[in-house]
Amino acid sequence: MITDIKISSPFTEQQLADIRNQFPILERKVNGKQLVYFDNAATTQKPQSVITALDNYYKGYNANIHRGIHTLAEEATAKYEDTRKALQKFVNAEFEEEIIFTRGVTEGINLVSNTFGRKFINAGDEIIISTLEHHSNIVPWQMLCEEKGAILKVIPINDAGEIIWEEYIALLSEKTKLVSIVHASNALGTINPVEKIIEEAHKVGAKVLLDGAQSSSHIEIDVQALNVDFFVLSAHKLYGPTGIGMLYGKKELLEAMPPFHGGGEMIKEVTFAKTTYNELPYKFEAGTPNIADTIALNEAIQFVNTIGKSNIMAHENSLLQYATDELLKIEDLEIIGTAKDKVAVASFVIKNIHHQDLAYILDSEGVAIRTGHHCTQPLMQRLGLKGTSRASFAVYNTTQEIDTLIFAVQKAVRMLK
Amino acid sequence: MSESIKEIQQSIIEEMALFDEWNDKYEYIIELGKKLPKLDEVHKIDANLIKGCQSNVWLIASEKDGIIHFEAESDAVIVKGLVSLLLRVFNNQPATEIINSDLSFLEETGLSRHLAQTRSNGLLSMVKQIKFYAMAYSVKGN
Repeated sequence: MITDIKISSPFTEQQLADIRNQFPILERKVNGKQLVYFDNAATTQKPQSVITALDNYYKGYNANIHRGIHTLAEEATAKYEDTRKALQKFVNAEFEEEIIFTRGVTEGINLVSNTFGRKFINAGDEIIISTLEHHSNIVPWQMLCEEKGAILKVIPINDAGEIIWEEYIALLSEKTKLVSIVHASNALGTINPVEKIIEEAHKVGAKVLLDGAQSSSHIEIDVQALNVDFFVLSAHKLYGPTGIGMLYGKKELLEAMPPFHGGGEMIKEVTFAKTTYNELPYKFEAGTPNIADTIALNEAIQFVNTIGKSNIMAHENSLLQYATDELLKIEDLEIIGTAKDKVAVASFVIKNIHHQDLAYILDSEGVAIRTGHHCTQPLMQRLGLKGTSRASFAVYNTTQEIDTLIFAVQKAVRMLK
Repeated sequence: MSESIKEIQQSIIEEMALFDEWNDKYEYIIELGKKLPKLDEVHKIDANLIKGCQSNVWLIASEKDGIIHFEAESDAVIVKGLVSLLLRVFNNQPATEIINSDLSFLEETGLSRHLAQTRSNGLLSMVKQIKFYAMAYSVKGN
């Protein structure tokens, strides 16, 4: 770990080994080689504490929540609500009921478009997104615009992969009702200047939704300091389980919004003549929720909190810097996405080598990266690319693993050229 | 009489078994990919495109006396190598033979596990399209 110290990871060799030991999957061999997992922007691996929490729930206190008057139900309910409290702290929300559980970022955005959007966005109104968005933050707004006759505007980017500030300002007007923008780009790593974006949007009376899919495991989130109206995240990109996520919304907005799904849990009283809805947050949580994964998410949050996001970010930045330097030594390799502020995503293309071929060879060396369009087809069109190869780093990755990546890329280049 | 689809597949399985290491199989497939004749640019149109999630295959077919002739190419070289193997199996075979064939070599060589993950490269769609052409030509022939 000498190189780690040189480029200032905050972790000692022992500390990093201790972190890695919490992730059983990192022991795995793939095609006879030690797994090197660099597809963290797609989903992170899970620490033992998360896996144990799932096991404990099903073995010890599986019960439906908020209903039964028996010990198991009360234990499950308490644990489930503990996660809400943990998330409230994690994003520094003012009120617990501002935390709505969803299946993930995609559902969170669809919830806002179907409730806030349906109620408050009308014909001729404008919604602003950016060229960096993944499909989850494009398609729901296109559907809403089509239904309502509203207009979708897109902030262009420069060649480094940063939004063009003047163009954003030019798009804002009293017609703008919502700015829905990614906090950090999954394909390029670009961190958007969200404080300024929110401030400017509010000046014209627009609300702002931040897509925190890629930011929440790296960057401190303070929804009050940001003064953001909606913030969405997915647990599985945050060392937590799949199928659970969070929508934060300002209380007065959530209260003004109609429910999304109808069913159990979200009601106060049901008669065939009329149903009255439950209060926040339950108004938006119809049906039996994903109890086990919600409870296990708390362990993921504790994992991140224990290490500290500033340490995580510093370690990942050291990896990104090392990986970028080493990748650029490879002939005909170009880094895609050279924004000044980036999360730990190294996206690249190599002249005359198809990204899929590269991925096959890397996989044979045990190295997992993501290739293709990263569910950001319009962004790839803007960059004039069919896709890129993307290595994305997490807290448990090491510089030795990057050496393995570089070795595998060099081998692939030799074989494929 | 030329080799049957079954015989060709058996030959491929035997050839691939000669390689101990996956590395060598990759090298071999990449070589096949590099050697595959290019498809004329005029044929690289959407009508001939089999779109994978990451790479594309273009396939054209023609028929003479009940024998179907295929040409194909991909934008990725490993897929091109696999396309080359598929063409070796299916090219210049009678329509009925193609329709009734059972594709076994991808499984038996382990290629399907290592390389032919369906959605990303469109190979299985290519096999479907090959059979579709064979069916269309056999109906036309009758």
